[in-house]
Amino acid sequence: MSRPARTTGGRIASHAVMALMAAYFLLPFWWLLVASTKDNDGLFGSAPLWFSGDFKLFDNLSLLFSHDGGVYLKWLRNSALYSVVSGVGATAIAALAGYAFAKLRFPGRNMLFAALLGLIMVPATALVLPTYLLMSEAGLTDTVWAVILPSLLNPFGVYLLRVYAHDSVPDEMLEAARIDGADEFRVFRSVALPAMRPALVTVLLFTMVATWNNFFLPLVMLSDNDLFPLTVGLRTWYQSATLGNAGPALFNVIVVGALVAIVPLIVAFLLLQRYWRGGLTIGALK
Amino acid sequence: MTNLARRARVGRQAVAGWLFVAPFTVLLVFFLLLPMLYAAKLSLYRSTLVEGEVFAWLDNYRQALGDPEFRRGVVRVLVFGAVQTPVMIGIALVAALLIDAATSRFSRVFRLAAFVPYAVPVVIGTLMWGFLYSPNTGPLSSVIDVDFLSSGTVLYSLGNIVTWQWAGYNMIVLYAALQGVPREVYESARMDGAGAVQTALRIKTPMISAAIVLVTIFTIIGTLQFFTEPLILQPLNPGAITNSYTPNVYAYHQAFSYQQYNYSAAISFLLGVVVFVGSYIFLFVTRKRSALR
Repeated sequence: MSRPARTTGGRIASHAVMALMAAYFLLPFWWLLVASTKDNDGLFGSAPLWFSGDFKLFDNLSLLFSHDGGVYLKWLRNSALYSVVSGVGATAIAALAGYAFAKLRFPGRNMLFAALLGLIMVPATALVLPTYLLMSEAGLTDTVWAVILPSLLNPFGVYLLRVYAHDSVPDEMLEAARIDGADEFRVFRSVALPAMRPALVTVLLFTMVATWNNFFLPLVMLSDNDLFPLTVGLRTWYQSATLGNAGPALFNVIVVGALVAIVPLIVAFLLLQRYWRGGLTIGALK
Repeated sequence: MTNLARRARVGRQAVAGWLFVAPFTVLLVFFLLLPMLYAAKLSLYRSTLVEGEVFAWLDNYRQALGDPEFRRGVVRVLVFGAVQTPVMIGIALVAALLIDAATSRFSRVFRLAAFVPYAVPVVIGTLMWGFLYSPNTGPLSSVIDVDFLSSGTVLYSLGNIVTWQWAGYNMIVLYAALQGVPREVYESARMDGAGAVQTALRIKTPMISAAIVLVTIFTIIGTLQFFTEPLILQPLNPGAITNSYTPNVYAYHQAFSYQQYNYSAAISFLLGVVVFVGSYIFLFVTRKRSALR
């Protein structure tokens, strides 16, 4: 759908506005990239948006992975563990439920789905404190389960997969598989799952990133340093560095730690753009 | 197929259906319904030194509604939402209209640049802006002579962080809505001699009003729950970002700094009810126009 070029002036103006906005959105990334090549003195003593003479990125990286007994690596592993287990688990659970709501007839289905729609708007942050108190009565706080189990619940994912399964899994193929003698789980696995794949990838991606980025839940649930994900860990470093109660300031370590924490996200973001945009548009706006 | 075989199959499907939704239902009960009821229960009790936990009716709620710190926090997020929401949605709308009108390679690069902050954890986005605001490590205070972290300015600085992080997300949603508008509508506008700016303002914007309403609701919901950004920036100026800066920050500190679990539960529950009821009223009122069914 090529449209004839409008006035050159308009084109220049619109591109100038876009360039200005792009500079705004990219400024913090540029700063982070430059700052991660500086040591602590360079961070405070040189121009913020350009490289100082010394290139200290590798020094900073080795400092990052050895600081506090190498706890950053543990945080990185924890973030990966929480997001992979929660992502895969939540997607599997949402796929089963979404498919059942769309394609299986069972008593109570409509009531349960109405309950889901009714509860989808309960704000997550209002649930964190009571969930913590319940978990502590069950003796589960300060374990990996305290972060993983609540992250497995994804009502919006169930809603999205129900919508998608409803439109994209053909009833005739389900019937044909049943007549061939397949049991219901086999029908789900061999017919429904392949048809739901694009939406499954979207839900997986969103749950993984949401868990990787989550802060409030692990902040409340965990007090053991070794169980922190990156977000909570970096915050404790930042807090003690700014309040100045942890010996020498380690701002350069925090900067390079922030860089390492977002690299996997930026890579996933660029490689899987299609699915990101899909997720924003399937459920919300049909 | 015989009647009996059909009935057996219907029975099998019912069992399978229940098995399929069972894991989700269990999670829904344990991590949504139970915490909600538990918060409601806690909020009706009070812990006292002499008698332990005593039933206190609505005392915690009465205390919250009369608590000047809580009220200031509520007013702050409302003011914040009233200023930040239109600014951010405005930026997102302009960006969406621009990439919808331009088809150059640069507009695709721009789309990526605007969307990428959304992929960054809020904690890290806030850390980066914290460094940028600081006069020691950031460039901003050498451009404009402003203390970005003073008690008078920090709310705007927080608003900028939220705008930076979420404008691109909203832009993508609005852009998707623009793509859904039939092209003939624009063609006929151009035939009538409408310019690009006029088409954008008079025709495209009204056509996607449902999507604009939707992203506005989601933004307001997020604003009311404002938590991570103020908590991260708090050590930079604890005098400006107090322990009661927003309702969620207040609830967090009530529980973890002062062990006031009952009061904290009342604040959480109150906030949850306001957001929940508010978003349903909004969705119901705009039901015909918004697409979330």
